[in-house]
Amino acid sequence: MAETTDPFVRFQGIQKSYDGETLVVKDLWLDIAKGEFLTLLGPSGSGKTTCLMMLAGFETPTHGDIILDRTPINTVPPHRRGIGMVFQNYALFPHMSVAENVGYPLKVRGVGRADARDRVRRALDMVELGALGSRRPAQLSGGQQQRVALARALVFEPSLVLLDEPLGALDKTLREQMQYELKHIHETLGVTMVYVTHDQSEALTMSDRIAVFNDGVIQQLDQPSMLYEHPGNAFVAQFIGENNKLMGRVEDVAGDRCRVRADSGDLVEALAIRASGLGERTLMSLRPERVSVNPPPGSMPNVFDAEVLELIYLGDHLRSRMRVCGQTDFIVKVPNWAGHVHLRPGEHLTVGWHVEDCRALDA
Amino acid sequence: MADATPLAPAGPPADDILRTRDGVPLKTTLRRVTRRQRLIALGLVMPLLVFIVVTFLAPIGMMLLRAVDNPVLQTQIPRTVALLASDWDGQGPPDERIFATLAEEMIQQYKAREIARVGTRLNYEQSGLRSLITKTARTIARRGTPPWKETFVAIDDRWGDAKTWGIIRQASSRYTPSFFLAAVDLRLDWRGDVVAQPEEKRIYGLMFGRTLWISALVTALCLALGFPLACLLASLPLRQSNLLMILVLLPFWTSLLVRTTAWIVLLQTEGVINDLLVWIGMLSDEGRIQMIYNQTGTIIAMTHILLPFMVLPIYSVMKTIPPTHMRAARSLGATPARAFREVYLPQTLPGVGAGAILVFILSVGYYITPALVGGRTGEMISNLIAYHMQKSLNWGLAAALGALLLAAVLVLYWLYNRLIGIDKMKFG
Repeated sequence: MAETTDPFVRFQGIQKSYDGETLVVKDLWLDIAKGEFLTLLGPSGSGKTTCLMMLAGFETPTHGDIILDRTPINTVPPHRRGIGMVFQNYALFPHMSVAENVGYPLKVRGVGRADARDRVRRALDMVELGALGSRRPAQLSGGQQQRVALARALVFEPSLVLLDEPLGALDKTLREQMQYELKHIHETLGVTMVYVTHDQSEALTMSDRIAVFNDGVIQQLDQPSMLYEHPGNAFVAQFIGENNKLMGRVEDVAGDRCRVRADSGDLVEALAIRASGLGERTLMSLRPERVSVNPPPGSMPNVFDAEVLELIYLGDHLRSRMRVCGQTDFIVKVPNWAGHVHLRPGEHLTVGWHVEDCRALDA
Repeated sequence: MADATPLAPAGPPADDILRTRDGVPLKTTLRRVTRRQRLIALGLVMPLLVFIVVTFLAPIGMMLLRAVDNPVLQTQIPRTVALLASDWDGQGPPDERIFATLAEEMIQQYKAREIARVGTRLNYEQSGLRSLITKTARTIARRGTPPWKETFVAIDDRWGDAKTWGIIRQASSRYTPSFFLAAVDLRLDWRGDVVAQPEEKRIYGLMFGRTLWISALVTALCLALGFPLACLLASLPLRQSNLLMILVLLPFWTSLLVRTTAWIVLLQTEGVINDLLVWIGMLSDEGRIQMIYNQTGTIIAMTHILLPFMVLPIYSVMKTIPPTHMRAARSLGATPARAFREVYLPQTLPGVGAGAILVFILSVGYYITPALVGGRTGEMISNLIAYHMQKSLNWGLAAALGALLLAAVLVLYWLYNRLIGIDKMKFG
């Protein structure tokens, strides 16, 4: 699909090494469409921030080209790339007022004073800080500083905005609120945003597409729902959302289904995603909320005995740790709706799940 | 008891004072509770407080007092002083009665071997008076007879001059501004008017000017050398910056004397640098440069010695500036030079201010280095103070010079506070 429309940003076989011995980014190919909200998601050290820094111009690719709007930008210094950037700790200039901070990109571009003041006011209004222009950054709360940083990165109307874990320093409520605001600003302005985070819920909330990074390689690039429902490999399944793991050996494969002999001896039916060879070790991934407790007999192909080991009350649902197929860290989420099953520690019962919810992946 | 009293506090008056449940004002209770902690805290700081008062504040106070204190004439020739103040009109020499009193007191002091103090004190006001006093005292103690007026004038004409008596009266007040006036090249003439010192005696203005000039230059040089160094220290990885920091601090661990002597070895006319320049042919053997025992030597050695005092505060401030600020500025469109100038530099100002004020204050009072390598043109005000303390024994003048130096530093401190704010100063 990259051939049909020209991508806005294109990483062409990017490799990056700091010490000449290990590759932090290994052969990255990535297209970003105009107006897209793309998240680079991964654990620390996975190469996601390095990619962002190469795009911003603060790091040079060891090999490969980055194309921005059909122009290779490897030799363009950061200040001529015209990319807006929001940093992890906001990087507001403490010796300038909020309005001066927001107006700085306009000042260096030589925008006229009256025009600049107008645009600063509009940018501050957009992030609902219109009244605080004369304050110093130190007088603002973390959330407010975050908005100023955002206004500053947007005020010169860049077509690409990079965000490097911008919400990492905020508390949970504020973070969630900011996620929605960011999303709305993205929709309103239609700018392309590349967002780096290690928080998967943040990525799921905001992104059009998510690139899951690990070990310098994109493990999977897909829409949030696809990533969650159809993880392509064990790493993605583990990293996005909670996940039960059952190890086993493939007994037989029929079409997209397979049967796996779990290490406990139980036979599990699963979707064969990455498990093709007979006798191959495989890891079956199963979301905790897709497990039914005491399913009606015959309704599901996979039904096993279970013992409740631990219960945690979490308000909207109950988390239960159970012993299933010989594993003691099997998590089941029971929604707290009217008439839900009441569990007690030590109780013996059955759990079951559909074939579609259990994915046999690489071991 | 059936008539239950309402559960109100026992009897707090209806005012706005916050009270605890038993009716004691909250402030009183709080004071009582925190008294113990405050006593302990006071006990802990007491040794330091006493130390500072005894070794720092008291000497400064005594120095300031000594700069105006003037007891000599009042204790040595009290009656003459009193008579001069009450019975002399200042026109022409005084009458016989005053001459007689002075003669009596001079003979008395001469026998007690104290007369030299009077002479020395008067000599500060007018050179030549010491020998006049000594000569007169010696003569009249041996064979002096009334009428004293004629005897005195016969010994020396100056006794017939109202000016001499004016100076004695001038120098006899218990507290005197004359040391301070002398420190700024002024003096009181015998009538009590403030006049400029004669041309050849005006040295303090020059020395203050030179001291300020050398200090300013040393501060500027330290800043020019220290700022890039601090920049490098702050941006290098920790291992390398630690090594470099040791090199910066190394001079701190060597004796000041050793360092200054090392500069003598390097800079003298037969020294390493001159030898090198002659050897590579940049200088002829006769054209060796005089780099030490003059102002150049003082400036070079002081810059080297004071450099760490500039580097450390700047470094500690730079360390707190996140590197993302420069990146942010560049991502917003500023060239590296512009980002440095508009974003980085303003944030280093508290460190630059602290370093500059530290180096300047230290150099204003610098003594050993100018004394060792300064020669004549590299001397500073502190060398003059030392001279008056040790050689001329004019402690009053030394104290006045010191007090002026202290005032200059305080003015500087006040200025810094007004411009940058002392609370923003960071030393490390």
